[in-house]
Amino acid sequence: MTYSGERILLSSQREGQVSRFHKWVFLVVPLMAILFQVYVPMFFPFLSFLEMPLLVVVYFAIMRRSQISGLMVGALVGLAQDSLSKNPLGMFGIVKTLVGYFAASVGVRLDVEHGLIRLLLGFFFYLFHQFLYWVMSRALLGQQMTFDWSRTAVLAALNAVVGVALFRMLDKLKERS
Amino acid sequence: MESLLNRYRNITVLLLVIMGQLVLLAVSAKNDLDVRFIRIWTVTAVTPVARIIEGLRGGGTGFLHNYILLHDTNQENQRLRSELDRMKMENVFLKNELNTADRAKALQVFQQHTPSRTVAATIIATGAGSSSKVVFVDRGTVSGVQRGMPVVTPDGIVGKVIAAYPTASQVLLITDPDFAAGVVTQKSQVHGTLKGQGTPQCKVDYVAFEEKVEPGEWVYTSGDDRIFPRGFPVGIVKAVRPAQPFKEILVEPSGLQRGLVEDVLILIEGVHQPIPDAPPGMQPIYVAAPPPGNDSTPAPATPAPLGTEADRLRSQYRALGEEQKHTFGENPPGAKPVDFTRLGNSGAAGQTPAAGRNPDAGKNSPPPPGALPVAPPVAPPKTGTGGPAPAPDKNAPPPAGTPAIHPPDAARRAIQPAGTPPGGQPR
Repeated sequence: MTYSGERILLSSQREGQVSRFHKWVFLVVPLMAILFQVYVPMFFPFLSFLEMPLLVVVYFAIMRRSQISGLMVGALVGLAQDSLSKNPLGMFGIVKTLVGYFAASVGVRLDVEHGLIRLLLGFFFYLFHQFLYWVMSRALLGQQMTFDWSRTAVLAALNAVVGVALFRMLDKLKERS
Repeated sequence: MESLLNRYRNITVLLLVIMGQLVLLAVSAKNDLDVRFIRIWTVTAVTPVARIIEGLRGGGTGFLHNYILLHDTNQENQRLRSELDRMKMENVFLKNELNTADRAKALQVFQQHTPSRTVAATIIATGAGSSSKVVFVDRGTVSGVQRGMPVVTPDGIVGKVIAAYPTASQVLLITDPDFAAGVVTQKSQVHGTLKGQGTPQCKVDYVAFEEKVEPGEWVYTSGDDRIFPRGFPVGIVKAVRPAQPFKEILVEPSGLQRGLVEDVLILIEGVHQPIPDAPPGMQPIYVAAPPPGNDSTPAPATPAPLGTEADRLRSQYRALGEEQKHTFGENPPGAKPVDFTRLGNSGAAGQTPAAGRNPDAGKNSPPPPGALPVAPPVAPPKTGTGGPAPAPDKNAPPPAGTPAIHPPDAARRAIQPAGTPPGGQPR
């Protein structure tokens, strides 16, 4: 294995290449992710565990390596998700804003092209997303929800695996320099 | 100053965006004043695409089945299947008819006969979030749908509209923890509040522990909530556990017993109905009279005596007396009196119209005393020695006096109003 293949930490920000996308990608991909979440579980209920909007937010955040861009994508996708749920507007929005911000912050320092890194990021940010949502539901809305760590960890692993494949597909939409 | 702003630019933007959304959240959560235009934009952007995808999926599936995959075999299969269905119809006409009536037909019939004004809708998407118990239907304010309107199927209530947009509406399902509706039990008329739990079963709350509620009892809407009209089936009591101060009652919703349905009805104008005396599965079904000149039908039942209730009773007693060779008013002292305990068993005395012959009587009132009891599905007796029984006409309705057949799982069909013509073609 070569040196660059093993290295997962970037020594400087300049080493991390900022990926660029066509503008339509920022519109179509989140829309498709939201459509996937509201439409596909009607026919395949077992796929309802997939948090496609979250994976898309994480992808754009880590690939753009811009915290402002990441949090904006997170906020917009989260608000769209809120609009299609029965929650008050802002629940998913705040959670995904933070996810986008932190994913971009982490993406600056890591080699986000690395498959293992993507897997770990998908796992961690799913856990973070679910935990933060649970905290906000209890704290802001007063809902008595339970947080099942073991179940969430399993779902995080499944989402991470799907995320790796999804990120590979989304890589094809990058603008060629 | 400028360098300071540049240095903390990211965190500043983050805080501003978070603060903005917190304000949004506070406004919509505390005052129940939703920022509606954001939802309208999103729903208007998403639902047309979902509708197109659903149309493409339906068309693609049909094309695949009818033209690509086994074109001839599919037609042959349909022909054989319909022939098999026709053969079955000769033996168990009603049972087959009810079992093969498809959901859309039942929905249409239900829509035609329910006194409430309804609009049919199709579920086109589920709500966002993995634990979501909301769905989107393809009818919105353009079709007259408003927030708060009930959503039902012939099986029972499904949910209520919590948001109406121009082209679609959001429906909160009965299983959502935020759902609540006023209900009443059928037998004991105990009122309570139905609540979703996020699981397939709902619970009925606020029923005092001394009230008598039994498993298997049907639960109907009470109309107390001013959302659901009275008299719509809700579900069956599955478990009753004693608790203080209220009983713990679990109900299996009949509207979702086959999973998430595809077609629903939105009640534009709900009309209260009486709570049926019999469970939906035991309600009589209208059976049409036999066609004239059909020799295979049994002798028609003796027509009910006309007149008042007293006239009817008098004819019953007279028939009982004749059966026991007793003429009222003309017997010598010491003669054996009439055994009135046989009144219920007497064939002559029990001659009343079959249950459900009168559509109106079957719909809103219990069967008259002495009416034929509603029986479970009965296959025709196999005549092994008496030669083949005369085969009825394939398309003829069942003979008069045929007891109403109720498959155990035919609750939704049983709530079809009396007078409903047998519908649906064999698949």
